[in-house]
Amino acid sequence: MRIRGKGLVDRSDTVTFRFDGRSYDGFAGDTVASALLANGVRLMGRSFKYHRPRGVLTAGSEEPNALVTVGIGAAAEPNVRATTQEIFEGLEVRSQNAWPSLDLDLLAVNNLFAPWLGAGFYYKTFMWPKAFWERVYEPVIRRAAGLGGLSGEPDPDTYERAFAFCDVLVIGAGPAGLMAALTAARAGADVIIADEDARPGGRLNAEVLEIDGEPGHVWAARAVAELESMRNVRVMSRTTVTGAYDQGTFGALERVNQHRGGRGDGAPLACFWRIVAKHSILAAGAIERPVAFQNNDRPGIMTAGAVRAYLNRWGVSPGRAVTVFANNDDAHRTAQDMTAAGVRVAAVIDSRAEVRSTAEYPVYRNAQVSNSQGGKELESISILVNGKTEKIQTDCLAMSGGWNPSVHLTCHMNGRPTWRADIQAFVPTEGAVPGMTTAGACRGSFSTHGCLADGVAAARQVLDALGKKAPDSALPQTEDAPYNLAPLWAVAGKGRAWLDFQNDVCVKDVKQAVVENFRSVEHMKRYTTQGMATDQGKNSNVAALAVLADATGRGIPKTGTTTFRPPYSPVSIAAMGAGAQGQGFAPQRFTTSHRAGIAAGAPMIETGLWYRPSYFPKPGEKTWRQSCDREVGHVRNAVGVCDVSTLGKIDIQGPDAAALLDLVYVNTFSTLKVGRVRYGLMLREDGTVMDDGTCARLGMTHFVITTTTAAAGTVMRHLEFVAQCLRPEWRGAMTSTTEQWAQFAVAGPRSRDLLNGLLDAPIDNDTWPFMACGDVSVLGVAARLFRVSFSGEHAYEIAVGARYGEALFRELVARAEGLGGGAYGMEAMNVLRIEKGFITHAEIHGRTTAFDVGMGAMISATKDCIGKVMAARPGLMDRDRERLVGFKPTGAVKQLSAGAHVFAAGMEATRENDQGYITSVGFSPSYETYVGLGFVKSGPERYGEVMRVVDHLRELDVEVEICPPVFVDPEGRRARG
Amino acid sequence: MAELKARMPCEGLLPLTFGGVNLDEADLGVMTSVVLLGEEAALSSALSDAHGVGFPKANRTSGKGGGVRCIWFGQRQAMLVGTAPADALQEHAALVDQSDGWCAVTVEGEDVEQVLERLVPIDVRRMHFKRGYTARTQVGHMSASVTRTGPRAFLILVFRSMAASLVHELGQAMRAVASRRGEG
Repeated sequence: MRIRGKGLVDRSDTVTFRFDGRSYDGFAGDTVASALLANGVRLMGRSFKYHRPRGVLTAGSEEPNALVTVGIGAAAEPNVRATTQEIFEGLEVRSQNAWPSLDLDLLAVNNLFAPWLGAGFYYKTFMWPKAFWERVYEPVIRRAAGLGGLSGEPDPDTYERAFAFCDVLVIGAGPAGLMAALTAARAGADVIIADEDARPGGRLNAEVLEIDGEPGHVWAARAVAELESMRNVRVMSRTTVTGAYDQGTFGALERVNQHRGGRGDGAPLACFWRIVAKHSILAAGAIERPVAFQNNDRPGIMTAGAVRAYLNRWGVSPGRAVTVFANNDDAHRTAQDMTAAGVRVAAVIDSRAEVRSTAEYPVYRNAQVSNSQGGKELESISILVNGKTEKIQTDCLAMSGGWNPSVHLTCHMNGRPTWRADIQAFVPTEGAVPGMTTAGACRGSFSTHGCLADGVAAARQVLDALGKKAPDSALPQTEDAPYNLAPLWAVAGKGRAWLDFQNDVCVKDVKQAVVENFRSVEHMKRYTTQGMATDQGKNSNVAALAVLADATGRGIPKTGTTTFRPPYSPVSIAAMGAGAQGQGFAPQRFTTSHRAGIAAGAPMIETGLWYRPSYFPKPGEKTWRQSCDREVGHVRNAVGVCDVSTLGKIDIQGPDAAALLDLVYVNTFSTLKVGRVRYGLMLREDGTVMDDGTCARLGMTHFVITTTTAAAGTVMRHLEFVAQCLRPEWRGAMTSTTEQWAQFAVAGPRSRDLLNGLLDAPIDNDTWPFMACGDVSVLGVAARLFRVSFSGEHAYEIAVGARYGEALFRELVARAEGLGGGAYGMEAMNVLRIEKGFITHAEIHGRTTAFDVGMGAMISATKDCIGKVMAARPGLMDRDRERLVGFKPTGAVKQLSAGAHVFAAGMEATRENDQGYITSVGFSPSYETYVGLGFVKSGPERYGEVMRVVDHLRELDVEVEICPPVFVDPEGRRARG
Repeated sequence: MAELKARMPCEGLLPLTFGGVNLDEADLGVMTSVVLLGEEAALSSALSDAHGVGFPKANRTSGKGGGVRCIWFGQRQAMLVGTAPADALQEHAALVDQSDGWCAVTVEGEDVEQVLERLVPIDVRRMHFKRGYTARTQVGHMSASVTRTGPRAFLILVFRSMAASLVHELGQAMRAVASRRGEG
């Protein structure tokens, strides 16, 4: 029901929206909750477990009952609080957790079984038979209990992340926060003030009070306008600071477009901020707590402050005959405001004996509400006064058990709040979050004057620390009413009295927990699920632990609180993962030949962040194997071209460059001649192999090493570590040149013919023997040529500046095709190197040593190197270790698979009999058989032995012969030819 | 005789404009990684003699925009931009050609700080990150070099192979910022 002349909504701007398919009108500035209340709709949801009819309890982000799904289809967002969702033209809202409809929810049958569905029910009931839990019980329970669901489709919305920095972050824009921000900003500090509400002002927008002679909300709007006009201030509305983290970092969720329909392309739904603040001022306010009594969850029963907020901010009365139930003076404002607005107040029921009131409405002292009546809406309440029960007709009960300061963020770094008996509430513990001060209601200052004074004091403290001078200005004049509260948590009596509305936890559940000896507050929480719903117990924690304290006789301070964890209010995973949607998940690295590969129809495979061509299909080829076999043939018989730019290239210079290489490689490089390349193996400190590659000496103090694609970053980091930490006195410089050079392997018997067609000065076997390197000129462009081979063939790698990469690749491939060859991809490259017995990270996978891969003798006896000592441990030199061998099938089954395990012939394929494993396989078109590499115990000593290879996953059982790992040209004649 | 045609990293991807922020490729010419091998003072004076710019302090650039610049690039490292390095530098530093290794873009416009705020995890606001300030930081998930070149202009460098991802990330952020503008 709208009240004439009340509220801050724009009555000239009517907004139409739909709730459960029905159309409703509201005004600009309304939330779904306020607009529905204005239309007389009070049933907004069903409870989690019992499917009890529920109305709105609060007017803020703590709302446990009125959870709705906003939007339709893939973009639908579940579990949005109706109290924070602003309405806009065309908004579609649906209720949740009801079937078939909110009004007629058949699952409310659960409510009839309530005596059996209390806390601990599941644990005790669904024990037997065991297999039923996963297949029967859990699905049924999940179907019946729950909140809103996701659409199951990809989220079409976009989300942002962003970073912000400031001297002081003010959290909350109520009177304390605004005053703190004004004070800090006027002194010139770099200020961010964030508030979860669309309209900053906090309780100033919800109360009838004056500051310096003007209404509180006018003062707030003026303060916000002043802040927004200052260059050193960023006002962030609709932004909830959700977590406090190390070193002044805060997470904050900004609702960017959730209050608008028709979002444009690229417009984000929400933005997740990381705010880094030198100091922070928490002014998060307080949350009013309900009182537990029988049937206190009926629609129409709300917190007293919420009833005032709906009246004063939105011009809505949630009822026609309002009653108030309180244990403090503050709640009496509700009756006063309602009366002043012309709404009938049926009664005020105060649990305290001493209450001064001159009001016209009846005030019951020393009285308690003991029950409520009605169906889906409140019709009347029962009150206990002077030992007698009376009934009062009312359609709205405004209850208040006092206020809980919002201490949450002060506890995010494992701090615990401090109990204050005078206000019967927990307040922040000083210093719980470094750099954070608190102000206003969140530290227990409940009057407007107290909030403003706190705001100034907190700002002064921060300004002092920043070395800035606080401006001299008088504190605005405003009310300073006392709070006066006597504790009342739960009204004694039978039946269910709700503590946690969202998870349907009642007083008796907490008492049951104690009976079952779950007496610690953390155990009680888990036993009853109190505080484990999306409101995280904002409305119930303190009352529940007070009931627990009473039941255990320990008292509240000794009982303590559960742990407050981020986020303060729900944050969608989509918002937390913002920036990582789609292509944002990881950068894509494209080689210079990428476009040519795509144009040739090559499927790309990801190797790290790089995209590399698998194979280059030709017309008529139906499977990848056909392409791969052809490409292997190019290299073995003519010439193949492959982009190898992704291999790491590191330029190493300086007087101590050679010494550095001698230290990091097992073999010696100081003896390498200029213009020559040498294969090198690198160990980790623990003696296992880190990486392998080549090292070319371009000058006396100038080397270029290559790494594997996968370990390029690892090796660079390792070299930096060695240079900076182990040998800081050495003069050397490492620079990654992976990106600078586009490098192509040109491999095959006709590789030199191909190159000599392009090089400005031809080469021959004398000028450019195996393992030679140096500068050349290719079609007028400066290049580097390395005669190295990863296939065993006569081969080169040619490198040009990356800008020429695409052009050179196309030229090389075209000429190779003219010589009966062509481009080859990763699949062919893999087959070629397996045929030749060359290792990759499939073999040097982090558990193998130089000894294991047959390179133990490469570790130089005449110098030290990283990993040398550890590699010499007896266990790592054991002959019986799993050592590198080759495999070829000899039985009926001709297929090999990587990952298969090796067993002695005739032995059972069990773990105990395991003799090794296969790491790499490929079909060798040269030998028309599968060949594989892998590790077998005492490997090289078992050449010729027939063994059994079993792949339990692919269900392969193959007879193999153990053989040397080099299948092609073991003498190495081809590469030297 | 065939000829090798050069291709810029962002060819076909840029320029791009959203809401008054422009993104375009920057051709920085010759780029040389200069890694200190000896005394910094000696290198700095050799640089000044040869190219008129000293070795930059950490997180700063030396030299004026447009001409020869030296951009701090990490511990004991700088990127000499806009000229081929003089031989005299070799006595004090390792010189490595990087002209083809990096994708360089300029992003400029009224809301450029808001665009970078979405991708760069450091404070790039003008009062804290003035003209000539530079940082090795991140743009989205990419390691980058970010330099302020004017009141509303930045130079961003990432690995050449990541050009498409850089354009994608900046484009997304530019669109998001422009959408906020549109809504007022």
